[in-house]
Amino acid sequence: MLRYIDEYRDPELALGYAREIAAVTTRHWKIMEACGGQTHSIVKYGIDRLLPTGITLVHGPGCPVCVTPISLIDSAIELAARPEVTFCTFGDMLRVPGSRKDLMTVKAEGGDVRVVYSPLDALRLAENLPHREVVFFAVGFETTAPANAMAAYQARRKKIRNFSLLVSQVLVPPALEAVLSSPLHEINGFLAPGHACTISGYEDYEALARKFRVPLVVTGFEPGDILHGLLMCILQLESGRAEVENQYTRSVQREGNREARAMLAEVFEIAPRVWRGLGKIEASGLRLSAAYSELDAEKRFGLSPESAEEKSACISGLILQGIRKPVECPEFGKGCRPERPLGATMVSSEGACSAYYRYRRLEATDELPRT
Amino acid sequence: MCLSVPAELISISGEDPLSRTGKVSFGGVIKEISLAYVPEARVGNYVLVHVGFAISVIDGEEARFVFDFLRQTAEANSGKELG
Repeated sequence: MLRYIDEYRDPELALGYAREIAAVTTRHWKIMEACGGQTHSIVKYGIDRLLPTGITLVHGPGCPVCVTPISLIDSAIELAARPEVTFCTFGDMLRVPGSRKDLMTVKAEGGDVRVVYSPLDALRLAENLPHREVVFFAVGFETTAPANAMAAYQARRKKIRNFSLLVSQVLVPPALEAVLSSPLHEINGFLAPGHACTISGYEDYEALARKFRVPLVVTGFEPGDILHGLLMCILQLESGRAEVENQYTRSVQREGNREARAMLAEVFEIAPRVWRGLGKIEASGLRLSAAYSELDAEKRFGLSPESAEEKSACISGLILQGIRKPVECPEFGKGCRPERPLGATMVSSEGACSAYYRYRRLEATDELPRT
Repeated sequence: MCLSVPAELISISGEDPLSRTGKVSFGGVIKEISLAYVPEARVGNYVLVHVGFAISVIDGEEARFVFDFLRQTAEANSGKELG
């Protein structure tokens, strides 16, 4: 038995929540789960199929692999192909298509591309390979940012000069604000991402709840957590409340993780970012602050990313905003599959299209009768 | 990408807060991680681990919230039906 995992996967717990949700739901509500990890759980465990027909779940922009812009993927590919560079990345970035190829192809062509578990592994590699330029692809949301920040902090402190970061750090609340600001959105409530909020806390989400009059429930990732978060959100909607509530109290505090936030403030500063599928959003990401700019791989290697166009058949922008579902795309499972993705949401295992392809591709239609 | 997994902290080494590390057990699989962001962590605690860092100490009391909330909601609803 895995403590703090298995008990939240108990079928009786899930069915108990499903019964309560059915008992309190009197209207149609559309709820977006913000995080790709939650999307993956929902589709894997069939959580959406335990819900009454009035409740529709839509999948949000919370997958950093999916939203990293294609121009930055092209920069990564350009760097990884350089003979003097050892390029380190999390495994999920290997198959993300740039405008011409992906990192896996660069590796197959002889580029020194390495998958690391932690950014500190990349830093250690730089210490062990003093004649190589070690570049770490610092991708992620709030959850990953403190780990990436620590690598930068230690590199500066230990004067490791052959280490740099290609930064693609993004923040969840500005993306939710962009989704809510779209005239096309029909979202009534949100499950906010429990692990990002473990770091950031949820004060920024309270501002969203006030501004847009939507409930947001900070929620965990196991089936019991997600159903609990949904019930809390539906209870708010049914009673006309629009507040931030915390389902994931075993990990999240309102002020977040103080030490991690202090490290983020030390290393990074808020910056505009381009999101694949959503476009440029002001103050939606992080970049290295002036004191750490010598660790910026884009500056060190003089990269000037050109804007690249998304392949036209891909509707991942609409999927990331919860406006369309993966199975509504004519290319889903045909011209677009995980081994040959047309766009971002099919690439990462946490992308909505990839989750549907893995668990639902054999079904003729997404809309099976629900109990 | 934000996947974080609970693990039991089985030993701690180092004094400096920013370089303190610990060995954790993921159901028997042992890994060394950074404890820089959880100065309050003690041996025997469960921590949430993400890319080689503990990002929180799991609160054992709060871990029951999921079960308590369901029981209380179910009791309240069955009370309404009876009433």
